[in-house]
Amino acid sequence: MGRITLTDIDRAYGKIKILHNINLDVGDGEMLVLVGPSGCGKSTLLRLIAGLDRPTGGRIEIDGADVTEVSAARRGLAMVFQSYALYPHMSVRQNLAFGLENIRMAKAEIDARIAEAARMLDIAPYLDRRPGQLSGGQKQRVAIGRAVVRNPTAFLLDEPLSNLDAELRISTRAELAALHKRLATTMIYVTHDQVEAMTLADRIVVMRSGRIEQVGRPLDLYNAPANLFVAGFIGAPRMNLLPVKVRSASGTQVHVEGPGGLSATIAADGTALRPGDEATLGIRPHDIELSDDSKGSVEARVTLAEALGPETVVHAIIAGDNKLVAVLKRQDVQTQGQPINLTLPTERMHLFDCAGLRVASR
Amino acid sequence: MSGVVSFLTRRRGGRFWHWTDIVSWLWLIGGLVVMFGPAIWLVGSSFKTPAQLAEFPPTILPYVSQQATVEGHDKPLTLYRVKLPDGSTKVLAELRRIGTVAQMVDPKAPNDIVKVNIASREPVREIGFATENYTEPFVHFDFLRYLRNSVFVTAMATLITLLTNSMAAFALSKYRFRGRDLTMLLIVGTLMVPLSVILVPLYSVVSAVGLLDSLWGVILPTVATPTGVFLLRQYMLTIPDELLDAARMDNASEWQIYWRIVLPLAAPALAVLAIFSVVWRWNDFLWPLVVLSRKELYTLQVGLNTYAGQLNVQWHYILAMTVVTMIPVVLVFVFLQRYITSGIAGTGLK
Repeated sequence: MGRITLTDIDRAYGKIKILHNINLDVGDGEMLVLVGPSGCGKSTLLRLIAGLDRPTGGRIEIDGADVTEVSAARRGLAMVFQSYALYPHMSVRQNLAFGLENIRMAKAEIDARIAEAARMLDIAPYLDRRPGQLSGGQKQRVAIGRAVVRNPTAFLLDEPLSNLDAELRISTRAELAALHKRLATTMIYVTHDQVEAMTLADRIVVMRSGRIEQVGRPLDLYNAPANLFVAGFIGAPRMNLLPVKVRSASGTQVHVEGPGGLSATIAADGTALRPGDEATLGIRPHDIELSDDSKGSVEARVTLAEALGPETVVHAIIAGDNKLVAVLKRQDVQTQGQPINLTLPTERMHLFDCAGLRVASR
Repeated sequence: MSGVVSFLTRRRGGRFWHWTDIVSWLWLIGGLVVMFGPAIWLVGSSFKTPAQLAEFPPTILPYVSQQATVEGHDKPLTLYRVKLPDGSTKVLAELRRIGTVAQMVDPKAPNDIVKVNIASREPVREIGFATENYTEPFVHFDFLRYLRNSVFVTAMATLITLLTNSMAAFALSKYRFRGRDLTMLLIVGTLMVPLSVILVPLYSVVSAVGLLDSLWGVILPTVATPTGVFLLRQYMLTIPDELLDAARMDNASEWQIYWRIVLPLAAPALAVLAIFSVVWRWNDFLWPLVVLSRKELYTLQVGLNTYAGQLNVQWHYILAMTVVTMIPVVLVFVFLQRYITSGIAGTGLK
């Protein structure tokens, strides 16, 4: 079992509040990814769960037992650190054995667990080397191995891939996903990389400035971001956000007008928007299409076209200073300075009110 | 060999001597003389006889006069190279000397006595070592006992210094608590108080706890060194906190974190402090002199002092024993010097 429940967690350093009223329920066997820009408090939250730090308020439960005041060692969790934090003066084998020796496990059992972890993670050939003699990817495996041998209730991973090069990161990410599937143990994974979050997570928690912005399955976050921050954070390239004015609003529809002749009617259930209100319209770059005529489209001027082969990333400007990025599935796109017409499909639009909260629902 | 030659003759000016080449050679040779001159002179002089020590001008190397056994004389006679009136030179042995005239004899013809003015002769000398400077103290002077005391004081003091200082440094570098920086400041502040200032109160304390005239009285007051705490703390600050967190997740107690993680990782700094401590305690003179009054407890440095009497200083023994007392310190440096460089480089930078 590895169910972790956080209730009203606060953390402050002196007068500075790092975490505000965090409520989170992590199910058994779930891969939960905490994602957010640096300084959003995600690592602090992980340290609170680990027991390396104490919350100033709130309650942490593991499998229903209150562990808020329980020391890190007694929580039965294992952590993989961003810097791996392998003991440099010990061999890989000693690194793996250290935690087990500390709980006075029998030598034979320790050897069996190390052998099992080494087989699973392909680290058997260098069990007798020191961490200094390993490559980044090997260190990463050892760090995960050190967590695996503990046979913990849950794994806590603090940006475990951030020190690897791009190629290794992708392969290790896949291995982590496979490992999670095999162990079926709860994992809480911290990252600032939304691609890692999207690919690994059962559920994603988007955090900003010590607050949870949205919790949900990856595609739910992508398709229906709860607010402007999540909309901008999830998805690459970022969602385009354009300022619009509400022209008319009914119970189920909102008509907005924006720069460059933008005019759209968006479905909305019971909105508080009134004609004349400022709002923000969001559209993902991949949803934008090239149009042949100016009717029903937006006029834009290309500032840069990046041909990637299968697609072309077009940076454009609409009516003065509104930047727009479009990813077009074609190669014949006019280059710099040329005017083009772009279609923004209404059913793909996201509407946010002046407080930044989502209005439209599909 | 050719590598050494090409290394030594390497010049900035390529084929020609640049002026900086000359200046650096002079500077380096000068430095060598300044650094090594006294040490070599000390070692050379430690093998000289008392008479030769008093000689002027002094020599670097020790010499002994050659002697020869001459028929009809029980003792060996000293040989001199004499310039005879006919202009030839000859090696003669001195029988006796009366004023400025010496009666001398040819060792091959022991019956012909020649009278020679002492100005026209000089002793035949060769490099020789007065090894009795070294052997005598071992026999007559309690050298071994003093050595044992010194080794005991140095070893115990160094061990306790490493242990207590590293514990203090661990607490001051890895835990956050109110007054931590103030404590550190106080500890470093004591660096500014020299021993001579606190000698009398320290003596009272040591006397009150009954450690006078005991080697522990020499050891204990010296083990807490601010330099050591500072050095180790600065080094331990560079050990990432994540390692300690990892150990905490691994069920390690705080003592285990100190003993199994922090201490092994601070090894370079510990080696540096060990070297310092050995040198300090080995060379300590004033404090042992104050605390110890029974002769059998003397450390080497205090023991050496007994050769310097009020009226008579036995330089030949002092020099020889100084060389002997230098050996352990030199050995410590030879074997641990790589730690000094790596350790100090590590302590200075993050």
